[in-house]
Amino acid sequence: MSAMKIQRKALVTLKEGAYKWLFATLAFASLVFLVGIVFTLLTESLPVFSKIRPTSFLFGPFWYPTADPPEMGIWPLITASFAVTAGAMVVCVPIGVGTALFIHELAGRRQRAFLKPVIEILAGIPSIVYGFFGMVVVAPILQDLLGIPTGLCAFTASLVLGIMATPTVASLAEDALSFVPRSFREASLALGANRWQTLTRVVMPAAGSGISTAVILGMGRAVGETMTVLMVAGGAAMVPKSLFDPVRPMTSTIAAEMGEAVMGSLHYNALFAIGLMLFLITLGVNIIAEIISRRFRLKLGLGR
Amino acid sequence: MAPETKICAQHIDFFYGRTRALKDISLDIYANRVTALIGPSGCGKSTFIRLINRMNDLIPGTRVEGKIIMDGLDINHPRTDVVDLRRRVGMVFQKPNPFPKSIYENMSYGLRINGMKDRNFIEQRVVSALKKAALYDDVKDRLHESALMLSGGQQQRLCIARCLVVEPEVILFDEPCASLDPISTRKIEELILELKKDYTIVIVTHNMQQAARVSDYTAFMYMGELVEYDLTEKIFTVPKERMTEEYLSGKFG
Amino acid sequence: MTIPEGITDNLPGTWPKGTSGRKRIIRTSDISQALGFLALVLCIIFALLFLGSIVYFITSRGMAVISWEFLTEVPRRAMTKGGVAPAIVGTFYLTVGAMAFALPLGVACAIYLCEYSPGSVAVNIIRLSINNLAGVPSVVFGLFGFAVFVKVFGFGVSILSGSLTLGIMALPGIISASQEAILAVPQSYREASLALGATHWQTIKKVVLPTALPGILTGVILNVGRVAGETAPILFTAATFYTRGYPDSVFSEVMALPYHIYALMTEGTRPEVQTAIAYGCALILLALVLAISAAAIILRQRQRISYGS
Repeated sequence: MSAMKIQRKALVTLKEGAYKWLFATLAFASLVFLVGIVFTLLTESLPVFSKIRPTSFLFGPFWYPTADPPEMGIWPLITASFAVTAGAMVVCVPIGVGTALFIHELAGRRQRAFLKPVIEILAGIPSIVYGFFGMVVVAPILQDLLGIPTGLCAFTASLVLGIMATPTVASLAEDALSFVPRSFREASLALGANRWQTLTRVVMPAAGSGISTAVILGMGRAVGETMTVLMVAGGAAMVPKSLFDPVRPMTSTIAAEMGEAVMGSLHYNALFAIGLMLFLITLGVNIIAEIISRRFRLKLGLGR
Repeated sequence: MAPETKICAQHIDFFYGRTRALKDISLDIYANRVTALIGPSGCGKSTFIRLINRMNDLIPGTRVEGKIIMDGLDINHPRTDVVDLRRRVGMVFQKPNPFPKSIYENMSYGLRINGMKDRNFIEQRVVSALKKAALYDDVKDRLHESALMLSGGQQQRLCIARCLVVEPEVILFDEPCASLDPISTRKIEELILELKKDYTIVIVTHNMQQAARVSDYTAFMYMGELVEYDLTEKIFTVPKERMTEEYLSGKFG
Repeated sequence: MTIPEGITDNLPGTWPKGTSGRKRIIRTSDISQALGFLALVLCIIFALLFLGSIVYFITSRGMAVISWEFLTEVPRRAMTKGGVAPAIVGTFYLTVGAMAFALPLGVACAIYLCEYSPGSVAVNIIRLSINNLAGVPSVVFGLFGFAVFVKVFGFGVSILSGSLTLGIMALPGIISASQEAILAVPQSYREASLALGATHWQTIKKVVLPTALPGILTGVILNVGRVAGETAPILFTAATFYTRGYPDSVFSEVMALPYHIYALMTEGTRPEVQTAIAYGCALILLALVLAISAAAIILRQRQRISYGS
């Protein structure tokens, strides 16, 4: 009997161990995918650098991948991505943070119960819908209004992208604000500060790094956004000279040209190299966001 | 010498929604005296002192009836400037709540929001307030470090000092020692006794010994009502009400 | 109540006439407060106005196109007549496929992170990779899916490739939603189960997962909405502009609503007719995604109330 008992106990231990290993293995899937993505991007893009020097790939001013001989400088694409992202930030940071502050400070209980979920739901509107809206509504309006040759340009893309990132920024910034202990607010008001002073001098600085994280994550989303810029930015691979030039950001280059690129050709490899650049940029953005949000939690004493 | 009345509450009722949290409270608070509010938790003592600088305005769905007069002026009057009121009536909270800024920034905050820009003046006021709060020697070498690096007791003294910088007339203490160790508590109590020379002080405490040690007058509240209010020595030695006597001898609460 | 004599004597009684309230001074700080609040109000009005106008335009223009035929028939005459049913069906297949892949994996990962050796090096590495995976641009997932599923694994441009790509992309979201739900299970439940002699796995299976299930499901629903609307990852892995009828296996290419909008706007020969159809598709997609995420958010709020947090 005792032998049976021991046997059963061993079986249970074995089973427990097996489950643990099963879950551990499955849990490593995301690591596998991340490594897989890096590996794929590297192997598929390395051939480019055997033909083209990395510096002339990065800083070359012309992107004519299908010309003969092809010219593959992604500088115009990088500048386009940065221009459009910077423009989007100009739109979404003030409006997004302002919206968060409104919900935090001015909205009544009912308004908040309505606005918070609405903002979150709006954050889920697919990017293709923004792109489509930008193309059929915003671009023609801006073209008429500003008298520019084409409505499909960096300015329109920035505007649409900025609006698209606004709910995300607002939602994350509101979370950061709500983490600020109410005691800070009470202390400030009890010293005779008015609500605006309390908001700008105590609550916002306390939530500052949380808000920065929100902004940086919004930026990451804007840099990596594909469909909106593909449809709205105009698609010309030139270094933009003005806000109203059509541009071709990195993401839309990949999306537009992947279908035509011959598998295994230099063009194909170059598109993966652009993907690698994008990956590195968003990785950097994420790391910065992570560092700042860690500091934020420490500052407010929220632990990890 | 009869003390001068600083604040006079007349028939105060206070409602959270439909719940009546304070019932017909009338009492006088005297200038340069320490008035303690004691009673079991939930008796309305914190609610009452938060009325004096209108902090309850921040809680939606509340309503106050009756009058609180300070220096002859009705603080709940619609034309009373609540910002000005809060500068005159400072408050120290249960949990130390320094801002996540440097010690110096915490201290200068109250002056800066008033538009004070003169650095020398600010520094002078900060130093004198820190000295009054008996904190200066602890922090003089690290004024520009984060206030959150201080111990709990030091943080609470910083909050007191921060409140002194704006030179209030009245200071409200809402269970200031609730989260502190006995030694820090002792220091805060000494500080309160020191401060009463210049300020009118109201302290809420659930600690009867603390009330006996620091206060001149004691009000005993129960279930939103003021049961008894008198000189502290009388309350603790010859209470008039049976309920007070029972509470003080630990029969309930 | 007792107020001893001598105290009431000191009542101010009547306060000086004409000073029933302090005169209100207008300070510069009051003005900046008014201006600041005004700016905040403008911000939210602008945000709601713009977002509202998107919903309004798409709805009003889209309604004109949508009919029973539009929803249920296959496209005819080079995409200018008929309906978009195959695109709706395709989006459904892709989403279901992505979830079938990502859900078990995501929940298993969340269980490991929360229930087994939290705080260990392995857990930190996994957490780091999830965070970074969450930030990878969607088009890069598309590249990865194309290189690996379409080419290396030889699945071709197909539902399978597209679903796997979308699934990987949805994984971080599902993991974090599941984690949140599992962490919300009170520790006392686990202790009670373990104290009764249940093993670790029994506790997870019988106590933790059933309690966390509603939370996990709402998190998953929220992600379903996002997956259904994604375009870039399926651009080169699954989607095509036109199929004759419906897909017949997981290895077929499919039409999908988001890609169809893009294709209608950029390909084809009759832009004026195609734009109208694109409005219809955009409305279907928008309604689908908004309904799904609204449902998830409402469900989640109910749950939060019942957890009392």
